[in-house]
Amino acid sequence: MIREVNSLDLLYLVAAGRWTLALTAMAFVGGGILGLAIMMLRIAPLKPVNWLAVGWIQAIQGTPLLAQIFVFFFGFAIFGYKVSPWVAAGVAFSIYASAFLAEIWRGCVEAVPRQQWEASAALGLSFPQQLRYVVLPQALRVAIPPTVGFLVQLIKNTSLASTIGFIELTREGQITTGATFRPLTVYGIVAVLYFLICFPLSQWSQHLERRLNVAR
Amino acid sequence: MIYTFNFRDVFAQFPTLVDGAVLTLELSATTMLFGLVIGIAGALARSWGPAPLRLAATSYVEVIRNTPLLIQLFLVFFGLPSLGLRLDATTAAVVALAINLGAYSTEIIRAGIQAIHKSQIEAGLALGLSRLEVFRYIVLFPALKVIYPALASQFILLMLATSVVSQIATPELFHTASVLQSRTFRDFEVYIVTAGMYLAMALMFRLLFAGIHRWAFRR
Repeated sequence: MIREVNSLDLLYLVAAGRWTLALTAMAFVGGGILGLAIMMLRIAPLKPVNWLAVGWIQAIQGTPLLAQIFVFFFGFAIFGYKVSPWVAAGVAFSIYASAFLAEIWRGCVEAVPRQQWEASAALGLSFPQQLRYVVLPQALRVAIPPTVGFLVQLIKNTSLASTIGFIELTREGQITTGATFRPLTVYGIVAVLYFLICFPLSQWSQHLERRLNVAR
Repeated sequence: MIYTFNFRDVFAQFPTLVDGAVLTLELSATTMLFGLVIGIAGALARSWGPAPLRLAATSYVEVIRNTPLLIQLFLVFFGLPSLGLRLDATTAAVVALAINLGAYSTEIIRAGIQAIHKSQIEAGLALGLSRLEVFRYIVLFPALKVIYPALASQFILLMLATSVVSQIATPELFHTASVLQSRTFRDFEVYIVTAGMYLAMALMFRLLFAGIHRWAFRR
């Protein structure tokens, strides 16, 4: 039975947006913690550790997110764990985000003048202390606009979780299309919903960046 | 439980994956070309166009950059037929990817154009160059030089993003991999090998772009 798109469908789509946001939050927190660790490995004064971080970043940035999702979705199974799409998507997106956040944050840390490192080293601070008390607080200001920009990318990319049966905005759109056979209307609504989430964030990121440029 | 890896079934079918990879490369190259053309036109419109054109270009960029590629693809492939425009999977893929890349390259190229100082353009006009000549010699090439790294990494991201078009059954690498997976049930092996192939292609593009950079902007 093919039916019309009604207001209930719209409500379901809006409700499915929650899961898009929940997955984004999961990936952002997981990816943020992991990304911070990778960034530190990347800049630590020890070559083999740097290479490890570079290898991680290159491998993640050089393969499609879709492939990462599938590798993790099926990868857990071969170790005998049957995981839900939640776990697979959460892990895959966290790892994906970690590589990009590590690179973004490395750029911000490197934007802090060299002398800041030297001065804090001269004061007898260890590498972690230099990072924690001198460099990171200064890098944070620069880091916020590109991080918000990446958050927008992350929100859009959670649409790929639909491919492993994770029910979020895009998957709900597919289900509604299947029931109503009105792809233009349904995907149009889905696009508008994504836009309503992403556009304010994009504008905010640009606003922060402009303000930062004025301040300098 | 110990899992025995079995790559034999995957490598037995390797030629089909290579066929898929060839289509991925073709899709990427075609999209890069269209994306660059749209980007130049869009950046021109956004920087120097009359107000309505500028508004149209800005809306295009914002709408595309704030919605997922997958949804854009679904709108082109599943949505357009209800307006009477039916595209096959490969054409729909190129259309959606080019529209998507066009928005990103518009933004990148516009940033490059803004980096060109106004006095340069005025100097060009004072020397009697036409507006088109000023754009061609004073704006476009120096701008491309400034934004080349950003554009190149956007192009590589696009190549990886072509995997998304497997969702409308365009027979590129990722779709070939899904078919192979359903035939061999070697899910993990298939996707690891496929990921490796994408990584190889990404490195290849990076080398290619570095080569082009050296060749095009040598002094």
